[in-house]
Amino acid sequence: MKAFTYERARTPAEAAAAVARTPGAKFIAGGTNLLDLMKLQIETPRHLIDVNGLNLDEIEKTSDGGLRIGALVRNTDLAADARVRKDYAVLSRALLAGASGQLRNKATTAGNLLQRTRCPYFYDTAQPCNKRQPGSGCSAIGGVSRQLAVIGSSDACIATHPSDMAVAMRVLDATVETVRADGQARRIPIADFHRLPGTTPHIETVLLPGELITAVTLPKPVGGFHTYRKVRDRASYAFALVSVAAIVQKDGRGRAAFGGVAHRPWRVEAAEAAMPSGAKAVADQVFTGAKPTHENAFKLTLAARTLAGALAEARA
Amino acid sequence: MTARVSIEVNGAKQKLELDTRTSLLDALRENLKLTGTKKGCDHGQCGACTVIVDGRRINSCLTLAVMHEGARVTTIEGLGTPEAMHPMQAAFVKHDGYQCGYCTPGQVCSAVAVLEEIRAGVPSHVTPDLGDRPKVTPEELRERMSGNICRCGAYSNIVDAMTEVAGSRA
Repeated sequence: MKAFTYERARTPAEAAAAVARTPGAKFIAGGTNLLDLMKLQIETPRHLIDVNGLNLDEIEKTSDGGLRIGALVRNTDLAADARVRKDYAVLSRALLAGASGQLRNKATTAGNLLQRTRCPYFYDTAQPCNKRQPGSGCSAIGGVSRQLAVIGSSDACIATHPSDMAVAMRVLDATVETVRADGQARRIPIADFHRLPGTTPHIETVLLPGELITAVTLPKPVGGFHTYRKVRDRASYAFALVSVAAIVQKDGRGRAAFGGVAHRPWRVEAAEAAMPSGAKAVADQVFTGAKPTHENAFKLTLAARTLAGALAEARA
Repeated sequence: MTARVSIEVNGAKQKLELDTRTSLLDALRENLKLTGTKKGCDHGQCGACTVIVDGRRINSCLTLAVMHEGARVTTIEGLGTPEAMHPMQAAFVKHDGYQCGYCTPGQVCSAVAVLEEIRAGVPSHVTPDLGDRPKVTPEELRERMSGNICRCGAYSNIVDAMTEVAGSRA
């Protein structure tokens, strides 16, 4: 691990300004992904700003009947919150499907959104990777790609976003609240938060340098049946091959977002009108324009079947 | 580059001056010579380094020691001794919950915390209804222990040990 200096931040605005003005600085909260990457020298910050003391660890009601989740709320606490379990069960289920108990105790809401891909070529510093080293090439294209993206990818990158939580937040129309280095707050719809790889796969979100996530807000509950179905190579503690976050109403209408298939949680709202017609009708529209590799084309069938499972569960 | 940190480990206050890069795991093992906590993968995948910090189990390899100012850390040495074992340690011995023993300190710390999590009502991936309190079932214990790998494959005996400890408390 490369050497770095360390400080504890006192306010969000101060933390944001400090990262923006200090070359090579990064925030650290749970640290479960950042430190892993620092040990491999994939991340090499020269200065760490510890934001754990910023009092952003509350879950509170918003004035419009929704929920504001502080950036530092741990995954365990968010999944176990009585309001989340009752009104946003898809979020509890997504969180509980991810990582291990030890990791969920440390990992934060904001850090979960910002975690980096688990593409094996991103992790292998002996191989070219446009995300790790812009311009070096993509080893995954033509390589082992079973786990990787089937849609929204580019000639530069076919990595997926690994989060389960973010897929549920996408289906819940969450909003990411931030403070920028100049002290200005802004609200970013989750749909706009993660970028597609395009020609710059190393830029994964729309956050500006130093911009700090302070909270994620959820709109007021939409009711319905909530489920998160995750298909993976092991029964526990593995990343998704395909996952579906779904909310289904009694009349068969609903919404669905997919994980494990793209560089960001994948949701096509226009396709959701087909929900009463069944999973295949939805999936055909959601995955229009998909460009799977020969190794991961199975994900298209799997995604439709996983959604079918979710819809069957909702009807049962 | 160094920084100072004060951590309470197994009830004893420790003042340390550490390279900022020092993981909590390395601080425990290398600086405090508490070698019960084991380094397996050093990437949060195996759980051998599991310790209990402020009542919660974490991977001590994936956190910096300097991030734990004022924290209370319990390691395997703080749970029990060979003369006065923690009930979970005694149950692991009784049920053969290990073979080579390398993962055992992490397994035991995790197991103790898992029973607390269930008691506190924290749900898991296999909890059937999020509106109910989770129960101590083999399925719950297996899911909750999935972050602790045992290369010797003592899993079913670990579940037996945990079940016995959970039952004796009820």
